[in-house]
Amino acid sequence: MADDKKPETIEPGAPPTGTNPAATPPQKMVPGGDAPATAAAAAATGAKPPAARPPAAPRPPAAPIPDLAGRTTTVASAGGSAARATTSAPAAKPATRDPDDLSPLLTRRAWLGLAWGAFSAASAAALAATGRFMFPNVLNEPPQQFKAGLPTEYGMGVDERWKEKFGVWIVRTPDDIVAHASGFYALLVTCTHLGCTPNYLLAEAKFKCPCHGSGFRLTGINFEGPAPRPLERARVVLADDGQLLIDKSRKFQYELGQWTDPEAFLKA
Amino acid sequence: MADTKKEGAGTRFWNWLTETQIWKSIFRHDRPNTDRTRVLVMLSNVFLHLHPVRLRKSGVKLRYTWCMGGLSFFLFLVLTLTGLLLMFYYRPTLEYAYTDIVGLREHVPLGIMREMHRWGAHAMVITVWLHMFRVFMTGSYKPPREFNWSIGVIMLVLTLLLSFTGYLLPWDQLAIWAITVGSNMARATPFLGHEGPGSALLRLGDVPLIHAYDDARFALLGGSFVGEGALLRFYVLHCVGLPLGIAVLMAVHFWRVRKDGGISGPL
Repeated sequence: MADDKKPETIEPGAPPTGTNPAATPPQKMVPGGDAPATAAAAAATGAKPPAARPPAAPRPPAAPIPDLAGRTTTVASAGGSAARATTSAPAAKPATRDPDDLSPLLTRRAWLGLAWGAFSAASAAALAATGRFMFPNVLNEPPQQFKAGLPTEYGMGVDERWKEKFGVWIVRTPDDIVAHASGFYALLVTCTHLGCTPNYLLAEAKFKCPCHGSGFRLTGINFEGPAPRPLERARVVLADDGQLLIDKSRKFQYELGQWTDPEAFLKA
Repeated sequence: MADTKKEGAGTRFWNWLTETQIWKSIFRHDRPNTDRTRVLVMLSNVFLHLHPVRLRKSGVKLRYTWCMGGLSFFLFLVLTLTGLLLMFYYRPTLEYAYTDIVGLREHVPLGIMREMHRWGAHAMVITVWLHMFRVFMTGSYKPPREFNWSIGVIMLVLTLLLSFTGYLLPWDQLAIWAITVGSNMARATPFLGHEGPGSALLRLGDVPLIHAYDDARFALLGGSFVGEGALLRFYVLHCVGLPLGIAVLMAVHFWRVRKDGGISGPL
């Protein structure tokens, strides 16, 4: 069906193919098996464009391939092209292949599939690279871990010296509600409601968030406003040189029972 | 044309002008004083052709359309123009952002420009909502206009994102904490936010693939908190990325109004 139609649609464009003397004669010779090669060779050696044109008119519905063989005859010997015609015949599916689909490696449809596949893969890779572009390898942000000085530098109560730079309150307490001992804990200054930074109100002994009014005891437990849970505590240990080491990448949540972790509270 | 007694200087100039090669190369039609030339005006202009050639009577009645779509477009043009002017003075850095905004009011002639941008933005959000309300109440989302309704929904989101990104740029306390609160919603993005549903499933063994330093919120802020990265990203999105997207969608939107049969008629 496709073979019947295609040659007709191609016909108006015949001149370009007609200029190639070898392109048309072989079609005529198709049924002859070995014959096309010799005839094509004769056409190639004989009169060139004028001789080639007339046979283009009654172009028969091309059965299988031999276009491939026809083209190659212009350069190859008769015997060689005939051999090629026979070898390429099974590779090209005669039923689906257009008569002018001459590629020896893949059908035109397969080439198109390959091209679209490669294009899609390249586009996907470019998209992925664009996405990755948005995530820099180096961040100009304060480190998650820092040394906070010697324990002896801290008095009882809330210390705000690291709030601005590292976002941490270091609290020294004589008796923690969880650890039931004296020592240090590090509270993250991020409100558990929507992420604002509460203020420490010395006179009222609480942390108060200016955004929506959440209030927290010095332990970090929430007691007023919309905050759904206590402030988080960060890992606090003693470094080798005896300084407090605060590690914000390790967080402890009261409601998950994590404040009992030995690194959530430093006994001192 | 021949009788110069009846024609004033203006008419003569007009007649000369419309015969010049420059004029004729731009306008392919005569003066729009007949139905045919009026149609040609609409069809031969890349901007006007987005608009329907003919309108229903109801389509020009304020009590039917409220002109909210047209006002939204007008406000978008106002915001584009004033925004462009503001960009001449504003630098999106921690050092300068706030003082540049103050300077726009105190040091720049016509300091009202920034207020026009701000109030125009508020007004556009309102008119876009009212436009959507009118379209809903007149049933104009029904076939064949479903696709255009969907385009409109996307443009509503882009309008709100433009408003959101612009809110950070003054870099005052209100801006920083509003964006802190607002961008925290991105933590809960399904799969792509590190506190969102499903993100815990994306892991290689013990290593979580989605965490606070590579999730949707991080991509938006360019950092783990609202800092210089967030200011720059919001600035670029506000001035280039989002306006570009909404402009393309507006062209499609207007064109589809025409293709879908013009402004809907009364039910």
